[in-house]
Amino acid sequence: MHPNANSKNRVVIIKYNAGNIQSVLFALERIGVEAEVTDDTKIIQSADRVIFPGVGEASTAMHYLKERGLDTLIKRLKQPVLGICLGMQLMCRYSEENATDCLGIFDEKVKKFRVQSSELKVPQIGWNSISSLKTTLFSGVMDNSFCYFVHSYYASIGEHTIATTNYDQPYSSGLHRDNFYGVQFHPEKSAEVGEQILKNFLAL
Amino acid sequence: MPEIPSCWARCMVFLDITATIEKRKTLSKLVNRIAHHINIPFTVGGGISSVEDVSILLQNGADKISVNTSAFKNPQLINDLANEFGSQCVVLAIDARQEEDGEWYVYLNGGRTKTNRICFDWAKHGVMLGAGEILLTSMNHDGTKQGFAIDITKQLAENLPVPVIASGGGGSMQHFVDVFESASADAALAASIFHFKEVAIPELKLFLKRKNVDVRL
Repeated sequence: MHPNANSKNRVVIIKYNAGNIQSVLFALERIGVEAEVTDDTKIIQSADRVIFPGVGEASTAMHYLKERGLDTLIKRLKQPVLGICLGMQLMCRYSEENATDCLGIFDEKVKKFRVQSSELKVPQIGWNSISSLKTTLFSGVMDNSFCYFVHSYYASIGEHTIATTNYDQPYSSGLHRDNFYGVQFHPEKSAEVGEQILKNFLAL
Repeated sequence: MPEIPSCWARCMVFLDITATIEKRKTLSKLVNRIAHHINIPFTVGGGISSVEDVSILLQNGADKISVNTSAFKNPQLINDLANEFGSQCVVLAIDARQEEDGEWYVYLNGGRTKTNRICFDWAKHGVMLGAGEILLTSMNHDGTKQGFAIDITKQLAENLPVPVIASGGGGSMQHFVDVFESASADAALAASIFHFKEVAIPELKLFLKRKNVDVRL
């Protein structure tokens, strides 16, 4: 077992029916952290850090979380929580994806890209820059660093925005409220920049 | 194990191109070993013919999978994979060759078997079925280092609502400028020139930036 695993950084990845968490596990492993993947409420509550990943569809994912009581559990967590991609979107108030009421941790709404320019494709798949970076989640990350995105829905800009990305229009690529953080991009696939952000999250 | 490309690359594709013809599955163990070291998007292809195959590859750390021959023979596979894992996960790889009549035809089994299907039609159909990206290899250009196939890449990139990755023919830094500028490719794939360090990725990216190509540094 890695020394971090039983000391301050007991990291848990919430297991649910959305997405591929293997990349997140490997990314954490590369920076020396062994994370546990679980939907056990007691283990999640007692973790030092919680990662809420996700690639998938909002209403199906919310339904799954509700069935297992994970929706109320996540909202009540006190330790640092990092939502990634769909995880971040589910932490918002509402998603246009099948008109889904989400967790409401962030007030921002999630909307579908309706691009005006024919040059832009939906979903956005690829590298885009993040700017107007706030909070220590982005310590040591340069403004306009490139991160890897895969998404058709985006969170609007609001009071909780801590990173902004432009795809036809500016939107929130990072959100923060209290102990909750969310990123639209995939830090686990964003090369050195992503590694820095994961390290920063583990140091919060 | 092949050397992992420079940390300046922005995605990695691992294709076991002999998998279908030899009727064997891409080695998930090898994928697992590679995935431990890859901090950028990682696409795996070769011998994938079922939802089960993909599930195993994703569990071993692949981010996306690419299908080629099996999807052509059973187009429903694209639909099944997109429904199960999402379109963002499904790359349709097409090997195409321009024949004497000027048309681009789809080839299967790693370029060994010709079909009568027109490349653009198959790509369009694949996208309709749920493919989230097209990886287009021009057999006329592959291995020549004389530049990418501009016309067919342009036709796909400008008419399909998904990213098109150009592959085959990249031999110089200017070739990358051409495929992004003239063919509107969303990405370009090269292998040997990077493996053998004929073109260094950091140098290429600075070159593209100087040419005003919107490149992810």
